[in-house]
Amino acid sequence: MAKDDNSGKDLAAADSSGVGHEGAPAGTAVVVRDAVANPGFPPHRPRVTDLDPSAERRAERTVYTLFYLSIVGSVFAIAAYMAFPIVPEDPGSVRMNNLFIGLGLTLALMAIGIGAVHWGKALMFDHEGIDERHPVRGSDETRTRAVEIFQEAGSESGIGRRTLIRNSLIGALIAFPLPAVVLFRGLGPQDDNPAALLSHTMWKKGTRLALDPTGTPIKASDITLGSAFHVIPEGLQDLEHGRLEEKGKAAVLLMRLKPEDLNELPERKGWSYDGIVAYSKICTHVGCPVALYEQQTHHLLCPCHQSQFDVSNHCEVIFGPAKRPLPQLPIAVDSEGYLIAQSDFTEPVGPSFWERN
Amino acid sequence: MTTINKPKSAGRRKSGRRHPLSSVALIAIGLLFTGGAYAAFSTSTANAETSATSQQTIGEGKKLFAANCATCHGLAAQGTGSGPSLIGVGAASVDFQVGTGRMPLQMDGPQAQKKAVQFTDEQIATLAAYVSSLAPGPGLPDSNLLDAKGNSAKGAELFRINCAMCHNVAGAGGALTQGKFAPSLDGVTSKHIYEAMVTGPQSMPVFNDMNISPESKRDIITYLKYLENNPSPGGYALGSLGPVSEGLFLWIFGLGAIVALTVWITARSN
Repeated sequence: MAKDDNSGKDLAAADSSGVGHEGAPAGTAVVVRDAVANPGFPPHRPRVTDLDPSAERRAERTVYTLFYLSIVGSVFAIAAYMAFPIVPEDPGSVRMNNLFIGLGLTLALMAIGIGAVHWGKALMFDHEGIDERHPVRGSDETRTRAVEIFQEAGSESGIGRRTLIRNSLIGALIAFPLPAVVLFRGLGPQDDNPAALLSHTMWKKGTRLALDPTGTPIKASDITLGSAFHVIPEGLQDLEHGRLEEKGKAAVLLMRLKPEDLNELPERKGWSYDGIVAYSKICTHVGCPVALYEQQTHHLLCPCHQSQFDVSNHCEVIFGPAKRPLPQLPIAVDSEGYLIAQSDFTEPVGPSFWERN
Repeated sequence: MTTINKPKSAGRRKSGRRHPLSSVALIAIGLLFTGGAYAAFSTSTANAETSATSQQTIGEGKKLFAANCATCHGLAAQGTGSGPSLIGVGAASVDFQVGTGRMPLQMDGPQAQKKAVQFTDEQIATLAAYVSSLAPGPGLPDSNLLDAKGNSAKGAELFRINCAMCHNVAGAGGALTQGKFAPSLDGVTSKHIYEAMVTGPQSMPVFNDMNISPESKRDIITYLKYLENNPSPGGYALGSLGPVSEGLFLWIFGLGAIVALTVWITARSN
């Protein structure tokens, strides 16, 4: 494409005389009548390396030394790989391995780069030149010829005439991306309605609250004032598959406040037990685990976007982008003193989705 | 036997910190060994709660308390408008709050901050003995739980589940609401980590033995000490603060280097 009209030609003298480049086609530039005259190039200033042969030799030496250094760096990287192997039992060995290989490779690449730039700046031909920009519009004969080529191709291939071939090709191209759609669908839930999956968790009536990660059931008497327990439904740790998916929905934070500090909604009076409350740990904003519990202010902070929930006030949002309070898990105590869920969450946990009511 | 181990290890840590001042360190070691014997004595009594603690120790603690703590916590530690009741907080709470310098409180603020410790180990022990004599509460941890020789992998898992959301996965600390923050755990002694878990100082929730068993607490301490004593495999960790410090570093030094290189490449050679 680019045609170098002036390659290798010294234009400095011609242009600094203010002649400009009137001979060149204007291209797409708008030519105004009162255009400022082209000031041309400033006078050419020779470099030290142009005038002083010893400086030139020194620059040459610098450049090839840098290239030799690059070789040293490459060899050093290979040597470092062998001298500092990664020992599986010792994470500290990764550090030395990365450090020295990295230093070697940095030297290898940086020395080539710096050497090349220095070569270009100090030793290569440095006289200023002009490459004119070509007009974007092609010449008339080029344009006519291009149209001809298209017409020839159309008639020679017969794409306008053989409609069956053309249409089946279009059909084939449309069908080709479809397998991708099916394959990606396969990554999602298979036989269930995703909205229904998001609306229900593993909690159901009578499920014991268990400690994360051991799965030990929790007794109400275990929870002292000011405690925060990270809770999973009992049985979750034994799931063969889908454990993380279930945990991602069912994770619960269990806290004990003074009963008089709790301001409970009238319809949720029976959902706590002696100041023990259980709330979903999944933020209603975008689903981060909300677990930064301040036991004195009873505030829960989401670390991702700083939403704050007031545990003493049914986890109402007091700051941040979350729109809904954290869903509360209704809890009770069974005959053996273990905490159990009264039911599943009464609303979907986590962030909003289209089908959420 | 086991109780004698703890003050010894505490002494070693102290002297390590004062290493450049070797004469001071020597005196400190000497003092700590004498104080250590006393601390061992008062530790075992604190574990036994009320019965075995000598009445004299409690009396001394009461005097110290009246002079230094009663203004806010009340003469009988019953609490006032400016400080909570200390009845039932136990020796662990006193040892943590006073032993890290958080108490006596320097000034009102979002939270009490760590500062130079205001009392000697001996005085802290008498204060703890006095407060734990008021009502049963969490005692000082057993020294075999503080040896950092548990299972660090298990400790890391428990730390990620229970602690990392506030204290950062590498224990570097993090922000809470309205000026409060979870402090960095780097350099905090095993004893203070254990006591903080048991007592839940300030904003921190309580992690009692039913939630995280003493063995598991030992694992968590092991993990934290592992982090403290082993260099980060990824090289310089920039405070382990994640994208904030790493991003800032790249914006300033990475972009700065690119700008400098660009200026050099396009500058005329002379």
